[in-house]
Amino acid sequence: MSIFLEKRAQSSRLLSALAPLLAIILALLMGAIIIALSGTNPWEAYREMFVGAFGSGYALSETMVKTIPLILCSLGVGIAFRATLWNIGAEGQLYMGAFAAGGIALAFPQGQGWWLIPLMVLASLVGGALWGLIPGLLKAKLNVNEIITSLLLNYVAILWFQYWIYGPWKDPLGYGFPYTAPFGEGAWLPTLAGTRIHLGLAFAVLAALFLYFLLKSTRVGYEIRIIGENPQAARYAGMNIPGAILLVFAISGGLAGLAGMGEISGVIHRLQPAISPGFGYTAIIIAWLARFNPWLTIAVSFLFGGLLVGGYSLRAFGLSDSLVLILQGLILFLLLGGDILTRYRLRWKGGRA
Amino acid sequence: MNEKVRMEGIFKRFPGVIANDGVDLDIREGEIHALLGENGAGKTTLMCVLAGIYSPDAGTIRIDGEKALIRSPRDAIHAGIGMVHQHFMLVAPYSVAENVTLGLNKPRFLLNERKLEAEVGKVAQSFGIQVDPHAKIWQLSVGEQQRVEILKSLYRGAKILILDEPTAVLTPQEVRELFATLRQMAKAGHTLVIISHKLEEVMSLSDRISIMRKGKRIATVNTKDTNPTELARLMVGREMLFELHKEKATPGDEVLSFCNLHALSDKGLPALRDISLSVRSKEIVGIAGVAGNGQRELAEVITGLRSATSGKVLVNGKDVTNNSPRQVIDQGVAHIPEDRKGAGTAPNLCVLDNLMLKCYRVEPFKNGPLLNLGRIREFAAKLVKQFQISTPSLETPVKLLSGGNVQKLILAREIATFSELMIAVHPTRGLDVGATEDVHQMLLEQRSKGAAILLISEDLDELLALSDRIDVIYEGKFMGEVPADADQIETIGLMMAGKKGEIQQPVPAGIRAQA
Repeated sequence: MSIFLEKRAQSSRLLSALAPLLAIILALLMGAIIIALSGTNPWEAYREMFVGAFGSGYALSETMVKTIPLILCSLGVGIAFRATLWNIGAEGQLYMGAFAAGGIALAFPQGQGWWLIPLMVLASLVGGALWGLIPGLLKAKLNVNEIITSLLLNYVAILWFQYWIYGPWKDPLGYGFPYTAPFGEGAWLPTLAGTRIHLGLAFAVLAALFLYFLLKSTRVGYEIRIIGENPQAARYAGMNIPGAILLVFAISGGLAGLAGMGEISGVIHRLQPAISPGFGYTAIIIAWLARFNPWLTIAVSFLFGGLLVGGYSLRAFGLSDSLVLILQGLILFLLLGGDILTRYRLRWKGGRA
Repeated sequence: MNEKVRMEGIFKRFPGVIANDGVDLDIREGEIHALLGENGAGKTTLMCVLAGIYSPDAGTIRIDGEKALIRSPRDAIHAGIGMVHQHFMLVAPYSVAENVTLGLNKPRFLLNERKLEAEVGKVAQSFGIQVDPHAKIWQLSVGEQQRVEILKSLYRGAKILILDEPTAVLTPQEVRELFATLRQMAKAGHTLVIISHKLEEVMSLSDRISIMRKGKRIATVNTKDTNPTELARLMVGREMLFELHKEKATPGDEVLSFCNLHALSDKGLPALRDISLSVRSKEIVGIAGVAGNGQRELAEVITGLRSATSGKVLVNGKDVTNNSPRQVIDQGVAHIPEDRKGAGTAPNLCVLDNLMLKCYRVEPFKNGPLLNLGRIREFAAKLVKQFQISTPSLETPVKLLSGGNVQKLILAREIATFSELMIAVHPTRGLDVGATEDVHQMLLEQRSKGAAILLISEDLDELLALSDRIDVIYEGKFMGEVPADADQIETIGLMMAGKKGEIQQPVPAGIRAQA
């Protein structure tokens, strides 16, 4: 008796639509086992998480605050995935965007001009894009595996960011705490009355619109789709593949950088050693769940924003909010496993005949 | 000689293709049995079934007259069957001895390298295989690595050894050494199966030859009773299915010419050696030959997908040697690639996306950096109608279309976006009779409209039906040129097997003028 995988002639449509849903449900079930093992009623814990994330106006607004960087990072990661480029470096690109925008904000502490925010936006886009272009260039010119380079550059970016906060940019009035001075109010993104939801939300929606339009209606978007589906056909059609790779990494990194700008300018209002609970990594899962579709990305980001915010409620049970990370990991794991089952079918071969 | 292996009614289907269609094969003890056929004929699949890598959907295997259940490579080894694949399965940083004993669970715990090496060395010696058991795999030449693969099978007690295209990566000297080793093994009572599409090699090495075509075994012959010409005919088949109405050619100006072209294969071996040809407008020039003799490389060099190491390619008198694919396309060169789904289309994308693959960047289909989607849609709808591509809609993914419709889509796209020169590689491979006829009609129509067409095909009937003259390619060289007459079949067959033809190829006029 043996089990083996057999390729399906056509991937099952029903299964590929259901796979993300099943992955989430199964991950929640497995998470429930872990919660139960630590002596808490899983049902109550999940209910508390749900209430914490979506149960009140305040909860919803907080979830939305987390959703903003998730959308931007996921869109960036998603456009790269569309071109079968695996940008695992959104986290680092986010930090580099925040670094560039933060540098501008600190340079103009009294800055009150209308130009300050646009300049910060631009700086964050450029900062993230340049950081994304490092693995992009290596991939395009030397065919270096972008998964490794983009991932490892995350650590470089975060340490670089922290160097400036512990060193040259440390607030002299900060009693030795590792913070920069607070930004002048001219460098704050406006927020929706009474909440912390900032203008970054508009950036995120605009970015989704932009990507949708890029893929559907532009020549380079068409090239990205062809390259992602079949690079050989792209080469045969005479497309400039290295050029498209560079562009995709620049867009991908730029969007992550913009997410970083939103965090420091819209939420934190200064630089501190950690500005992201792993938005760039969560984005990988979101992009995969949303099948790289810009609109689905917004919806899935909202769910994951809720997961992050809801996770804080677990502390009331004496549970660590790292359970959220476990759930995220389980979802991705099950999702990838589910993808295999949409393309292959399990077959059993009978015993010795 | 006793019958060693008997395969009966082997049937193996992969999604969308039947690789083995009820194949019977018997292999005798101590013989060198060649399995001959074109790429995709099902040779490797059949042998992978025997070696336990694929399990057949139907059919039985008998070894020494007894029914054998082979469901994994481990079962196959147990039954005394070993296979040396085209791509070696060796661990580069490990030594020869370690690779040979890998996975044998022996020694069970502590590794005594010296003892292991001595043992492997002794086995190698007993088969006359020269290899240093202590050497690391990465230090070895390709020929030596192949010996390690053979040794690996023998060390596991294989009495039946299958070699998949064993000479594909070897130099002529290494081929000689390999053949000597194989003959010695056969003499010692081993049974050998060689998968190949090279006629000369099969003639010089084997005792018997089984020819496969389109998933079926066509014939088995004694090597001493046959000749390369007959083998070539058996391989490519001879099925005249329909009559085409072809007018006499009235060639015009020279459109394509290349001279003294050299290029390397993916493996870095010479694939094209000093070939020259010219194609004029309103004519179809056929390139005949057994697959793997440089046809693919020739098409790729002309279309800019592969670089020439020396020589020249001219299109309409303009030097396009080693230009980018984009530049060649801009010269009006259309290309029907060998691999429909691998290069010619993006199968997951829709008919519309695939029809615009070449025109999306030119007026009137572009609009600055944007696509003029309205125009493109009109254009695609027109092509679908004109070329009778049967598809539910323009939004249908191409992978859901039949092979014939995919090919019509490619032809439609290429014909619509090019003007003067078409490189068609195996344009009807795998198509049914109806689709084949449609494709042939389209090519002839293009000829009468003034196109120059270079037709590369394995199908002699297709070449004879469509071409105005035929050049035969063998090991990257042109063996000669003949007019496309049915009574030239013998000559073509000889040239396909590497015998020089009577008529020497002429030097293209354009190139002579340039020189």
